[in-house]
Order: sequence, then structure tokens, then C-alpha cells
Amino acid sequence: MAKIKMNKKSTSTDMTAMCDVAFLLLTFFILTATAKVPAALPVDTPASTVQTKLPEKDLATLTVGAGKVFFDVKGKFVRVRTLELMSDKYGVKFSDEDKEKFGKMESFGVPIQSLKQIIDMNPADRNKAGQPGIPKDSLDNQLADWIQNARIANIELQEAELQIAIKGDAKEEYPAIRRVMDILQDQKVNTFSLVTGLRGKEEF
Amino acid sequence: MAELNTGDGGGGKGGKVRSKKQNSKVDLTAMVDLAFLLITFFMLTTTLSKPQSMSLGLPDKEDKPEDKIEQKVDENRTLTILMGANNQVKIFRGFLATPKLAPKTVAYGKDGLRKDLLEQKQAVLAYSTAKGKPDQGIIVIIKPSKKSNYRNLVDVLDEMAIVGVPTYAIVNDFSPEEAKLLEGNPAPAAVPNP
Repeated sequence: MAKIKMNKKSTSTDMTAMCDVAFLLLTFFILTATAKVPAALPVDTPASTVQTKLPEKDLATLTVGAGKVFFDVKGKFVRVRTLELMSDKYGVKFSDEDKEKFGKMESFGVPIQSLKQIIDMNPADRNKAGQPGIPKDSLDNQLADWIQNARIANIELQEAELQIAIKGDAKEEYPAIRRVMDILQDQKVNTFSLVTGLRGKEEF
Repeated sequence: MAELNTGDGGGGKGGKVRSKKQNSKVDLTAMVDLAFLLITFFMLTTTLSKPQSMSLGLPDKEDKPEDKIEQKVDENRTLTILMGANNQVKIFRGFLATPKLAPKTVAYGKDGLRKDLLEQKQAVLAYSTAKGKPDQGIIVIIKPSKKSNYRNLVDVLDEMAIVGVPTYAIVNDFSPEEAKLLEGNPAPAAVPNP
């Protein structure tokens, strides 16, 4: 009797092409992703329905939370130049190494007199240091000078006007926000962005 | 005699060593699984972590009060929003003394402020059309009090964008009557919410 040989089909498919595509996409996403760094002053931004994205550069962020204001500028060279201008104004000296470190730092919230201690810390310790916020009262308005000098530095280096974003905590009382807006308006900065979270469509 | 035969298929013919063909295929399923998991992770984290922002333009601050140009607007078109404590807002249209819409307390959100805003927007539009100027929409004056918080401000600005209010302004001055209106009411729980 002739045995009929069943042609057994192999169940395994060739995964090579799929693997290629998957890793190509993975590489793409890893390269385009920006690492999320823990903020020195964690704030819970209120939600809104607007979809405008913040610009990637030429941006200064003022983080307002718990009555404190933290300051951050995008771009390493703009940061270094801002620090140089501030150092001239307040007569606080920073070494080249300090400037280099400051260029890589995230947002900070200390008076310029104690900025050097923050620069010397490890990145992990900076967030735990309990920074008191940048002075913003009328006697010692360092925040206004930081904004002003960052704008000057940005125009010098990037030849573009610096955009200002206010990142406020949802529970922050209005007078604190108003104080920051007033400081901006004193410099004739009348247009700025409010950083908000994304509100889901179902909440409409 | 002393030979050790390792190959069993040789059969002793001429000493041909056959190396066994190794299967060159590797099972890539696990690798693909992992890759797609990572892709999903990176896709979700990159698109969601970009912060949103709303841009806000404020009018020029006049340093000298005498330079201010008094601009008269039709009081029928102005809706004032007083932002108070406990997530409550009071709205009225026209002057507080002779309001076109009596002051009332509303909550934030879809059923509170937005409903009233839409109603008032229609009312103002009807009024302007009756006057023959249908392009003159509602003007909303937002007055945040010291007790309101930042979330309230963003919520109100968001409502402006949703409802499509053509003109709105943030004003920080409170007239004594407005302050009294905001303070004067009993606890918000006692206010019947229409």
C-alpha cells in the first residue's frame, strides 16, 4: 500500500523582516524622544482644551508653585550667556566650570548669591535641596533681571525674541500668578503662554 | 579496534565526515515582541509628555494713569465674571447698579458657566443685530479675586476659547460694589444654584 505522505507545513513564520521594521521604528522613537527629567519644583498644571504645543527653543519657563518661582531657559549657550550677564549685574563670580555646569542644569529657584552651591551639587541632590525660589519682591527683584537678561542673551545668540511660558500649579492663588504677570508686563512682555495639561474630550 | 566511532551514519565507507547541518533559523518571536513593546512605550511617552500651552495676550500696562484713554463701550455688551473662592463665579451683564442680567452665582464647567456664556453671547448678538451692527459680539471682563486660584483662571480662559468669545480682558481692579457682591453672600452651599 502506498502511504500518502502529508506535507507538514511549518507553523513558524519568518520573523526577520518584522524584526527589522520593529527595531527601525524603535530606533526612530528612541532618537526623537526627549528624556523626561524630574522637575525641581513639581507642579500640577491645570487642564485645558487648547492643543497648541510649546516651542522647543527660544523659551523661558517660569514655574510657579507654593509661592515660589523657578526659572528655566532652553538652550545651553543662552543659559551660559544669561548667567554671565547676571553675574556682571550682581557682582557674583562664576568660574568657567560653573558656567558649563549651569548650561546643563534644569530649572532652579535660588537667589543668585547661593546659586553656586546649587551648581556644585549633584543633579539628584538639587531637587532635594529645598530651593527657596527666586526673589521677586520690589526690593530684590532678581526674577525680573533673570527674565530681562535671558531675553538679551537670546536675542544676541539666537536672534529671536524669547518666548515666556508660565507653568503654574493649579492650586496656586491668583495673586502669585498676577505678581509674575506684572513683572513680565513691566518689561513690556504682554504676550506669553500658560502651560496646561491636556483635558480629555469626554470631560467637555 | 581501538578506533572510536563518533559518527553513526558513516557506515565505514571511505571515512567521509558529515557535519550535521545546523538550522540557521533563530526564533525571532520573542525579539519582535520585545521590540514592539518598547515601540509602544516610546510612542506613548513621547506624544503625551509634550506640554500644551495657551497663549495669553494682555493689554499694555500704562505707567501713568492720566495717559489712559477712556474708551466707552456699550454696557449691554459687557459681561463681567467675578471669580470668587470655592470655585464659584458670579456673572452679570451691564452695570452692576442697573444690570441687564442680574448677578448670579454659577459653577465652572459645562453646565454652569458655559451655558450662561452661550446664552449671553446669543443675547448680545441679538441685541447688536437689532441695532444693525451684527459684528459687535460680547465683551467679557474677567475679574479674578485674590481668593481664586490659577486653575479657575485657566478654566475661564478655556471657556472663552470653547464658547468663542471674540473680546475678553483680565481686569484686576474691583469696584467696592463688586467686592461686596463677591464677599457679601453667605456660604456657597446656601446659595441656590439654578
